[in-house]
Amino acid sequence: MNFDTFPFLSSLVFLPLVGALVLYLLPFFRPDHDEHGTLSRGFALFVSLVVFAISLLMLTHFDAADSGYQFSERADWIPYFGISYFVGLDGISVWLVLLTTFLMPLVVIASASVHKKIRGYLASMLVLETAMIGTLVALDVFLFYVFWELMLAPMYFIIGIWGGKRRIYATLKFVLYTVVGSLLMLVAIFYVVWRFYEQQGHLTFLLDELQMYTNLTRKEELWMFAAFALAFGIKVPLFPFHTWLPDAHVEAPTGGSVVLAGVLLKMGLYGYIRFAYPLFPRAADAFAPYIATLAVIGIVYGALVAWAQSDIKKLVAYSSVSHLGYCVLGFVAFNAVATSGAMYQMLNHGISTGALFLLVGVLYDRKHTRLMADYGGLAAKVPLFAFLFLVFTLSSIALPLTNGFIGEFLILTGSFKTFPVLTVIGTTGVVLGAVYMLTLYMKTMYGELDEGKNGDLTDVNGRELATFLPLLVMVFWMGIYPQPFLSRMEPTLNAYFSAVAERRAALNVYENDVAPSQDIVLEREHQQARPVRESAAQPNLNRAVEG
Amino acid sequence: MEQNGVTALGYIPLFPLIGSVLAFIIGRSKRDAAGWIATLASAMAFAVVVALVMAMPEEAEYYYRAFTWFSVGGFTLDFAFRFDHLTAVMCLVVTGIGSLIHLYSVAYMAEDEGRHRFFAYLNLFMFSMLLLVLGANLLVLFVGWEGVGLCSYLLIGFWFKNLSYAGAGRKAFVVNRIGDAGFLFGMFMLYRQFDTLDFAELAQAISVNASPELLPLYFVVALCLFVGATGKSAQIPLFVWLPDAMAGPTPVSALIHAATMVTAGVYMMARLNFLFDLAPQAQAIVAIVAVFTAMVAALTALTQNDIKKVLAYSTVSQLGFMFMAAGAGVYWVAVFHLVTHAFFKACLFLGAGSVIHGCHHEQDMRHMGGLWSKMPITAATYGISTLAIAGIYPLSGYFSKHAILAALEGGHNPALEGLLELLVPMASVTAFLTAFYMTRSFAMTFLGSYRGHAHPHESPLRMTAPLIVLAGLALVGGLWLGGTLPHYLAPVLGSPAEHGHESIIEGLMHSWIGIAGIGVGLLCYTSLSQIPATIYRVIGPLSTLSLNKFYFDELYAAVVVKPLEAIARVLFRVVDQGMIDGAVNGTAAVVDVSGEVARSTQTGQVRHYAFFMFVAALLMLFLFVFAGRV
Repeated sequence: MNFDTFPFLSSLVFLPLVGALVLYLLPFFRPDHDEHGTLSRGFALFVSLVVFAISLLMLTHFDAADSGYQFSERADWIPYFGISYFVGLDGISVWLVLLTTFLMPLVVIASASVHKKIRGYLASMLVLETAMIGTLVALDVFLFYVFWELMLAPMYFIIGIWGGKRRIYATLKFVLYTVVGSLLMLVAIFYVVWRFYEQQGHLTFLLDELQMYTNLTRKEELWMFAAFALAFGIKVPLFPFHTWLPDAHVEAPTGGSVVLAGVLLKMGLYGYIRFAYPLFPRAADAFAPYIATLAVIGIVYGALVAWAQSDIKKLVAYSSVSHLGYCVLGFVAFNAVATSGAMYQMLNHGISTGALFLLVGVLYDRKHTRLMADYGGLAAKVPLFAFLFLVFTLSSIALPLTNGFIGEFLILTGSFKTFPVLTVIGTTGVVLGAVYMLTLYMKTMYGELDEGKNGDLTDVNGRELATFLPLLVMVFWMGIYPQPFLSRMEPTLNAYFSAVAERRAALNVYENDVAPSQDIVLEREHQQARPVRESAAQPNLNRAVEG
Repeated sequence: MEQNGVTALGYIPLFPLIGSVLAFIIGRSKRDAAGWIATLASAMAFAVVVALVMAMPEEAEYYYRAFTWFSVGGFTLDFAFRFDHLTAVMCLVVTGIGSLIHLYSVAYMAEDEGRHRFFAYLNLFMFSMLLLVLGANLLVLFVGWEGVGLCSYLLIGFWFKNLSYAGAGRKAFVVNRIGDAGFLFGMFMLYRQFDTLDFAELAQAISVNASPELLPLYFVVALCLFVGATGKSAQIPLFVWLPDAMAGPTPVSALIHAATMVTAGVYMMARLNFLFDLAPQAQAIVAIVAVFTAMVAALTALTQNDIKKVLAYSTVSQLGFMFMAAGAGVYWVAVFHLVTHAFFKACLFLGAGSVIHGCHHEQDMRHMGGLWSKMPITAATYGISTLAIAGIYPLSGYFSKHAILAALEGGHNPALEGLLELLVPMASVTAFLTAFYMTRSFAMTFLGSYRGHAHPHESPLRMTAPLIVLAGLALVGGLWLGGTLPHYLAPVLGSPAEHGHESIIEGLMHSWIGIAGIGVGLLCYTSLSQIPATIYRVIGPLSTLSLNKFYFDELYAAVVVKPLEAIARVLFRVVDQGMIDGAVNGTAAVVDVSGEVARSTQTGQVRHYAFFMFVAALLMLFLFVFAGRV
């Protein structure tokens, strides 16, 4: 096999989809042939493992020193609108793709606790994998949007069909929130493309072209950025757009929660750094202090509210709000240390929170309750479970030599340079994180065991251990020796920072050149009843195109 | 200076780390093996340290870079160790006393079901503590700093079936984390200013940057780091976790909560002496906090009846003494007291453990008494250590405490000008109180007649042997180290002022505070036992204050914990569920109404949303494009 021409990314994107189709269409996976879903699970596991293997193979061919897109593939899709199938991988997306392919086999293994319509569940998961990887590798804005929206559908089914009692409410909320955001983003995408068309005379949705050749005034930038930022902010979720998350998590089946926390939430952050910032750098700069403020509120608020929970899963969900606040803070601080930290923290959160949801799942499968009050003293009964829970708790509260510490430390050290006061406030999350996580641990693991209630609890079994061990290894590997991960991000990030700086400069040139006259026009518009914009603005635009 | 990367440095923490894993894994099936594995690992680390110290040339220091931890955006940080004379002293204390306590624990924990966990944690603690003292930069120090906090948490809550023990562990961790946040701020500021966290580079950068405009920064950084120290080393206001930490097995109290971990803050200050020396106001604050902590803790110790609680408050108080010296800028004296305190306090705690062991888990001194005849070795070693901590010539505590008072008195910190008239007498009174409450504990435990119902017996040799060694060190350690330590530490901490030699008579005369304390204590708790009762009656409210530990816990609960809990609940119920979700649900309700309309045309929810999405998208596009450019 020639690795230079092997379509790695397309295989990663479409193999799960093909797997889902096979799973759904071929007769021997139907319930009458495969009564317990064993065959379906085996097949889904096989598919996800193959995808993971391909991603690992790709990683070995990933050139750490190359800052550009690697393994890129390009084909026209809808040439009439300038839409193309353009995918590529760089230091910003590579680890998120790996995280996705790494978590997916674990999620499939964890599907043993799903008994209803297992075929549909697994197919949804595989479609979701396609959508997630597609979102991460798409470099055409339209393609990105298609995958972005495609993520919604399988998640909708996963929560809506395999969820808990209030699943309908949770799905509606999840969909409503997300749709509002993506809607605005879609409009903003069209607007940017339209502006590009005005200025360059042809249509394109390629990110690089849009980024390099679309001139926007400061005002336009602000609005467009706001639309993108809202879409991404809801997805992260950033305070105060977070209330869909606890409901979605509580109602979602274990696997759904793992994917939701592990990968889906990262898409908002990824979109921010991949699209929102490079397209609208000046607006991003202008918004940065406000977003940082929301991020820090989210850190403290999420931690405090997590403390007030009695439902374990809800606690972990709110802890996500807090942890992702750190990531947002790292991204908007916009220096190499903080951004690397934020990117690293995305991976960490996927691992530690994914593991915590799996742990909650283990308890729920056995006892069908998620309330802390129903447990207590478990450490004596299920020592292996207690040990795993301890490790992932420590990873979650960022103890040094676990993965969480590297991310948090880099974020805080880096963002202290940009936002010292906010960072100091955000650092209180370090204390509050210990409070709610150790309280959770104490209330469930320590104390006297209630023999009547939990005397029959069994420890983690082999299948469950298979889901935890890879995560356990990653916790320590990423905490002790993070350099292989960081070094593959760095060249891309350096190039990224200079590209953004260039764009910022170019936009400023454009602003000085064209925009002042236009601003005057706009002002006049306000004074007059009807705009005379058409005639006044047109020459400017022509000039911009010529220039 | 040797920079050739001495690999042996890596072995020092590595042995306990491996020991920890092995003790846990092997101990799961063979419980008795765990203790010996852990003890061996600790002893091997001790052997490496001794070998290194012996082989180390004068004025040398070793360096070892294990690997580059991370390097990103121009911020490169090595996982590196540094071994100079200060580290050598700390390593000797940690591994030496640590090994003795491991040996003791083999017997002490022999009956415990979970002893494989115990020894795994204990070795993990050794690993963390060694990282702390060996780290060549602030971040590796911080790894150890948080690591010892974790082990402390695990060991305090070792008997986790008792929820209040587990709660004490959580309290220790959280209070330490508050301090750690301060420590982090200090690191952020140092990194922001100097782009490095390496000790040698920081010392270099700060020595060439003594310009006045940076002095406020040094002040704030020093203060932030000291906040970290108040957590780890149990000073006001963060000392409240240490007395509760006595929930852990007694060897843990000896090793972690007396001899080693709690002295980390003192070590940190000594390590960063170049920074603190440029922040005299911060040093003054350290000294003031230290004196008050020492006094409040000593006053609290006066009335405690739990033998471990007395020792716990005594530890807080003695740590205060160490910080007095550090605050006065005489770091070698702080380290000196750290070492002597490690000798006698480890001995006292292990002695208390021996008593508790012998009295079948009795910790209340009111149910002891007269144990002198029943456990003579324990009584003798406890007695020697009591004399040492009381500061009686020529025992170890005399020299270090005397040096501290001299350092405080003779300090030339301008920021302390005028305050010394208050601080020095307070420190002296505290020294008197120390002698008094320790004599009280000795008398209540070993003198008089037995008041309990158990059948006390002397502990086995494995427990008494470490006691004898430690008592020996407490006896002669001061004489031995008082002369050698200042010169040994001089390359790191600077040359101390020369002292003249004391004669025995002078020494004894200078011990008058301790002698007075012991005398009054003996008087009160042996022959004239009606005196304390009378005193308590007379100063009733004050003794209640002391008995209730000055209500620090209640104060923090009322001012910090309870309000925060209430805020958390309000945020969840009112803000999250009420306001934000209310707004969302309101919007959803509006959509639902239109959903009714849509449903009449057989439209499902999803399609309905998709439809809405595109209509709205078109609308907004229209707005953007045609109704005026934004």
